[in-house]
Amino acid sequence: MFRSKASRWAAAPYLVWMCVFIVVPLAIVVWYALTDASGAFTLTNLTGIGRYASVFGRSLLLAAIATVICLVLAFPVGYSLSRLRANKQHIMLMLVMLPMWMNFLLRTYSWMTLLEKNGLINKFFGLFGIGPFNMINTSGAVVLGMVYNYLPYMILPLYTAMTKIDNSVIEAAQDLGANTFQVLVRVLIPMAKPGIGTGITMVFVPAVSTFIISRMLGGGSNLLIGDLIELQFLGNSYNLNLGSAMSLVLMVIVLLCMSFTSSFDEEEMEGVM
Amino acid sequence: MNEIVSLKDIVVDFDGERILDGLSLDIHDKEFVTFLGPSGCGKTTTLRVIAGFLTPKSGSVLFDGKDITALPPYKRQVNTVFQKYALFPHLNVYENVAFGLRLKKLPEETIRPKVQEMLETVGLKGFERRSINQLSGGQQQRVAIARSLVNQPRVLLLDEPLGALDLKLRKEMQLELKRLQREMNITFVYVTHDQEEALTMSDTVVVMNKGNIQQIGSPQDIYNEPCNAFVARFIGDSNIVDGIMEKDFLVSFAGREFTCVDRGFKPREPVQVVIRPEDVAIVPPSVGMLTGLVREVIFKGVHFEMHVDVEGKEWLIHSTQASQPGELIGMNIGPDEIHIMSREEV
Repeated sequence: MFRSKASRWAAAPYLVWMCVFIVVPLAIVVWYALTDASGAFTLTNLTGIGRYASVFGRSLLLAAIATVICLVLAFPVGYSLSRLRANKQHIMLMLVMLPMWMNFLLRTYSWMTLLEKNGLINKFFGLFGIGPFNMINTSGAVVLGMVYNYLPYMILPLYTAMTKIDNSVIEAAQDLGANTFQVLVRVLIPMAKPGIGTGITMVFVPAVSTFIISRMLGGGSNLLIGDLIELQFLGNSYNLNLGSAMSLVLMVIVLLCMSFTSSFDEEEMEGVM
Repeated sequence: MNEIVSLKDIVVDFDGERILDGLSLDIHDKEFVTFLGPSGCGKTTTLRVIAGFLTPKSGSVLFDGKDITALPPYKRQVNTVFQKYALFPHLNVYENVAFGLRLKKLPEETIRPKVQEMLETVGLKGFERRSINQLSGGQQQRVAIARSLVNQPRVLLLDEPLGALDLKLRKEMQLELKRLQREMNITFVYVTHDQEEALTMSDTVVVMNKGNIQQIGSPQDIYNEPCNAFVARFIGDSNIVDGIMEKDFLVSFAGREFTCVDRGFKPREPVQVVIRPEDVAIVPPSVGMLTGLVREVIFKGVHFEMHVDVEGKEWLIHSTQASQPGELIGMNIGPDEIHIMSREEV
């Protein structure tokens, strides 16, 4: 009795915190999304979003491509990290996280100088008489920026999931007749599933709502939802109500994606329980 | 009997350290072979060489007369039961056992009866849908055995499979493994550091130390005729005393001469004499070949363990009759109970 009462009181500050900084702001966003500039109830904000379908589509597509590339790149990295000896693992993990300690803006800005028409990469190709290539302000550059910035968020959960895979389990699969590809499909991927789910969420969610990467590397022609929302709040087309409606729709999309990936995890949990 | 697995001059180095030092061994078909030795003696390494997880630095592995040294594990007709089971936690019992059959792309109608029969053999009928984490250690071990045997390997490798189980369960599983080996009529290669386990289960025991084979023989041979002091010490308790081989069938140690059954040594050759603690008969001091002063008596259930001082050396004696500490006893040793080893082999 005493303990449960005490723990209820101990949770109180957190509940207050959640109300003030999560529930209330969320309610404000919903309220703005469902009202017009004068404060009257309306659905036009939400129904009008259809006009921006192409922007939503592009955001989802680019984020999805970036997530897939991250997954493909991070899987072998996470696996080989998890097979290293403990002291080497720590050093390599530091190297993976090192870019994350650098300012996000700075990292993205440096890609601008690399990809520009007169940037380092084109200058290098110029030495051999190739190019210049048109790299900046393309959707490819946006995907590159997403992959570069969010790759560590994919590597870390995959690495964590794979450290739990004992070498003898892999050997057991080989022993039972599994070649390298079959070990990957039948043992490594299923056992790394919780990490894959977390990694997808941690890359896809920030990628789909980013606005800095698309602005700096995508130019004006690769507008994403993030940019659109930013325009409503800080930009020329100041419209808090429309911006809130967009945020709300984005949030629903993200929630759908997350419930999709967590259904992955739950399947996994059932097996464990 | 024909050889199913032959190892020829296997050398394995790990981090600059020699683990296996030119090991050669023939394993006969349908035999229960045990690699016995202290940890770090190379017994598990030898098993991994046969399974294909380790490629030796030099030497070759023959299977049925064919060289398989370079063959990857998944192409070998052997299966392994791992020390820590190594079951697939994302699959249930049925799918774990079916794993190898699915890889062979067999149809479900073929897989189902095989898996079910195997689960019945290991006593896990009705556990098909259970998750691995719901099973006890002993049950997990049975799944691991079923998972290997369902593939009908010619040779089953077992790496200290009972190490994590408690004593009672271990004894049960020992008998059960022996039964399985007879029923399946295949070769078992078993690794253990438990000498009692090795003696209980094996047709042939291979005693190993420091990357070399010390002795190969039946459990009786290994126990009764250890070829050197290491084997004698490792298999059961023993008294090892220095002696001189006076002539054929006559050895002197502990200050007097004994008749024995060994011959073929050089006259006056220095030897080591092995006497098992249970082979010393306690008699009244007046009629004993040797006399000794009892230092300590420990009750061990079936017998008393006595530490006896004989000519300044401590002897270990197992006897069903208890003496008192401080008592003077006589000791008799029959010719059959004296085992002679050359001293160079030490």
